[in-house]
Amino acid sequence: MPRKTLYNVGALLAGLGVTFKYMFQKKPTIQYPSEKKKHAPRFHGLHELRRYADGKERCIGCELCSSVCPANAITVIGAENSPENRLSPGERHAARYEIDELRCIFCGMCEEACPTDAIVLTPRFEMSDLRRGSLIYAKDRLLVPPEAGVGAAPDDRPNGIPADLGRVAEIKSTDDWQKGYDATFRGTVLKTQKKGLAES
Amino acid sequence: MIEFYILAFVLIASAIFVVTAKKPVYSVVGLLLHFAALAIMYFSLAAEFLAVIQIIVYSGAILMLFLFVIALLSSGVAPFSMGPNRLPKIAIPAVAVVLVTLGFLIFGISHAPHVITPAGMGATAAGPVAPVGAANSFGSVADFGKALFTADLLPFEITAFILMVAVIGVILLAGDAAPYVPTRKRARIVEREMREAILRAGEE
Amino acid sequence: MNQWWTPAASLWWVILIKSAVLLLIVITTFAYAMLAERKVMGWMQMRPGPNRVGPWGLLQPAVDAVKLILKEDLTPKTADPLIYRLAPFISLVTALSVYAVIPFAEPQPGSIWAISDVNAGILFILALTSIGVYGISLGGWASGSKYPLLGSVRATAQMISYELSMSMSLIGVLILAGTTSLAGIVNGQAKLWYFIPQFVGFIIYIITAIAETNRAPFDLVEADAELVGGFNTEYSGLRFGLFFIAEYINMLTVSCIATLLFLGGWTAPFGWTVVPGIVWFLIKVGFFMFFYIWLRSTFPRLRYDRLMAFGWKVLLPVATLNLIVTAVVVAVRG
Repeated sequence: MPRKTLYNVGALLAGLGVTFKYMFQKKPTIQYPSEKKKHAPRFHGLHELRRYADGKERCIGCELCSSVCPANAITVIGAENSPENRLSPGERHAARYEIDELRCIFCGMCEEACPTDAIVLTPRFEMSDLRRGSLIYAKDRLLVPPEAGVGAAPDDRPNGIPADLGRVAEIKSTDDWQKGYDATFRGTVLKTQKKGLAES
Repeated sequence: MIEFYILAFVLIASAIFVVTAKKPVYSVVGLLLHFAALAIMYFSLAAEFLAVIQIIVYSGAILMLFLFVIALLSSGVAPFSMGPNRLPKIAIPAVAVVLVTLGFLIFGISHAPHVITPAGMGATAAGPVAPVGAANSFGSVADFGKALFTADLLPFEITAFILMVAVIGVILLAGDAAPYVPTRKRARIVEREMREAILRAGEE
Repeated sequence: MNQWWTPAASLWWVILIKSAVLLLIVITTFAYAMLAERKVMGWMQMRPGPNRVGPWGLLQPAVDAVKLILKEDLTPKTADPLIYRLAPFISLVTALSVYAVIPFAEPQPGSIWAISDVNAGILFILALTSIGVYGISLGGWASGSKYPLLGSVRATAQMISYELSMSMSLIGVLILAGTTSLAGIVNGQAKLWYFIPQFVGFIIYIITAIAETNRAPFDLVEADAELVGGFNTEYSGLRFGLFFIAEYINMLTVSCIATLLFLGGWTAPFGWTVVPGIVWFLIKVGFFMFFYIWLRSTFPRLRYDRLMAFGWKVLLPVATLNLIVTAVVVAVRG
């Protein structure tokens, strides 16, 4: 025992030396809210639905994104365009387009599948919220405003936070989670599912 | 004098609490208070060393072990288990014996010649603070140590010896009753027994 | 020398004022010791430490205090309510009482830099620290759940085991100094600080002091990984805060004792008496506090049986040997 203990003293002192050395080294910490890290060029964050240059919606309600989604996070309900109310250039448009950001795994498959480049993942990642219901993003929060322009192509994003990030609708928090569920189709479905679970 | 009465009251009250408390742990806490009050009383009598040793030995070690045992053995919450109530039979003789003893004690103290008058004692009576810091005053560590290792060496060593006997006795009583077998030898024995058992099982 | 600002040290109102001022200083020191610990540990782990509240996080202790005060004070259903509530106070009161006898600088004629100069000062401190354990063990027991109970049992065993070696290592110094008065011990180190002749005792004292204050790597009493939080698992809010304060104040106490007994207290090294003694004292105490934090951020926690084996099979024999050698040397040299 004594010999072993004596032997270990050197190791203990070496350990103390290591921590002492590290005390004066530069800290890699990033002061997050005030200082943000640059993203990888193709970082996948919050989605946005884009428009053509003339303000028409790109989404034609084909539901490819919904069917390719591995997490089953996207709900699309398409509708025919009528001549007096033409939302997209094609025959159909998305009457409802909802993404449950809590289910989404941000894999970018929807972006790959979209034939019209309508759904695009932006590098925006700060979407924490207090209520589950308010994390179901509907068209009102996904669709960029008409004056936003076309935006960079998905494969051609600038490094880090793109300058056109401001085009994304403000991430709104819904105080009333019940309202958050009620406002979206997906939310109402989830609510009934939840009820069914509770009863069974 | 006023502190004496306060301390005396605390001492007696906590002692009664120790005996009457329903939960064992409450008794321990009462005893802790008792020891603390006793130490303060020693302090007020300028017997610093005795006060400190009172706390270190009794509160710090012995009572701690009491608490240890109470916390581990009984849950500490349960009241003491009720035995047959022997109090009525021995109450009167016990009270009589205690009163007579107390009477003897008071008589003896009041009639004893004042032999305990070392150099510091006179100063102690003058004021409670002045002699406390002074070295070699009555009750100081130096004084205590000198007494312990010169005049009272024999009783001190005998006490130490008796305590040692008690410790060894406890180890003998509570220790492992099985004869001591070195670990390696024991391992060999176990191994052999197991091998034989396997062989027996194979034959059957 | 008996001016109006240095009245007789024994006046009751002087003692009262001294106690109040000292209490304030000690509590403030606790707050910033905590901040310093978080900062230094952060730096050693390549983090900046708390830096959001105030410049360099200097207001963090105030925010922490507000948080602890405002938090709900829970008492578990299975707890013993009286002792559960009493225990933190035992811890804190004993931790604070120690400062009654610690001298911070050289006694001036007519006044002392301490609340009172008890002749048996070091023994008084040992006695109080031995009572301080009750806070932890009663608190753990009274919580009425298993982790705190295990923590408090560990506390009891650990404290008793390490207190022995601690006392043994201190007695060497007492033999050299020939007194138990803290001021007397410091005066005895005017020529040579005792950590040189008592180097073994110094090392043993530092190790046992860490164990006595339940600090890493000997913090088995609260071992988060295996005992959740040890004795303070069930405590919350202000009562947890009291335990917390007591721990840091004990740390400070132990640093003060180490300074007084081994590093010459307020005596200046190399004859640099330009700097006043109290500053030297604070520098030395600060060094020990830093050392504690340094140890905590470096070493992993010991296994419990290793802790006990180390205490009984290594520290105690070495401390006893050190004591015997010291006694013989002092006796031979007269």
